[in-house]
Amino acid sequence: MPDGNPPDQIEAAVRAVLGTLSGDLTVTEAALLGELEALGREVKRAKSEIAALSVEDINESHIPAATDELDAVVEHTATATNEILDACETLESLQSKLDEGSAQALGNAVTRIYEACSFQDITGQRIAKVVSALKAIEARVAAVTGSFGSLPSAVGKRADATEGEQLANGPQLPTNASSQADIDALLASFD
Amino acid sequence: MDKNLNVLIVDDYKTMLRIIRNLLKQLEFDNVEEASDGQEALSKLRTGNFGLVISDWNMAPMTGLDLLKEVRADARLKDTPFIMITAESKTENVVAAKQAGVSNYIVKPFNAETLRGKIEKVLGNA
Repeated sequence: MPDGNPPDQIEAAVRAVLGTLSGDLTVTEAALLGELEALGREVKRAKSEIAALSVEDINESHIPAATDELDAVVEHTATATNEILDACETLESLQSKLDEGSAQALGNAVTRIYEACSFQDITGQRIAKVVSALKAIEARVAAVTGSFGSLPSAVGKRADATEGEQLANGPQLPTNASSQADIDALLASFD
Repeated sequence: MDKNLNVLIVDDYKTMLRIIRNLLKQLEFDNVEEASDGQEALSKLRTGNFGLVISDWNMAPMTGLDLLKEVRADARLKDTPFIMITAESKTENVVAAKQAGVSNYIVKPFNAETLRGKIEKVLGNA
């Protein structure tokens, strides 16, 4: 049997078995022969389908490009957020020059901008989750195109991860997330 | 409430550190130091004198929960008020933080009023 990939090994095995079948065939042997021929055709079809998919492109360009784009998104939002925060700090420094009412209004507006700027952290954490999912897909595609052999086990938490690491899930989707009120109620239930 | 106490804010996102620092400034807390993960925070806590820790959860190499456990296990630091500010909003996270001795828990995104209220509650009880 050749050393090649598992699909090649299956094809070779089918050919080898077919080669041993000669002379008059029993009904069972004929049925087996039919099954083996079907299996051989199936393997050939699967190979050409995988070739047609050009899955190598996924790992060679698509996934690295996608993760680079996402990294750039995080970088751009961080730069823009810092610009916004610079501007807010300038505005706050002007408060002392304003009358009390205007200073209060400006302070309130700046606070709302600070609160909104936390989007950079939340979106950054969400994008990090997507990047890690893409990397898991990349590893699996590499395993499938390399051979039909064993797939890497799902990307998960390390066995020796601390409780803090195991529970670091990142932001939940809005429909699943607990509100501050939910969390306050949960904490109060311990008292 | 002593607003001159030293506050340590811990987050791996620089923008979040800056936001929290600015919100604390509005609340007249001017003595604020920063750390970008649990390990850096722990060494600052051990060498400094902090009256309040405000920490994120999801950081490497040491998470906020692991930092909290270290703080509660340290004879000198164990009574330091510790507020978690995190996007981790699952019940299991809140329960784990509570069991580890968190003083209060704020979910991101949060508003300035929530931060003020929790600080008052925590320092009032300190």
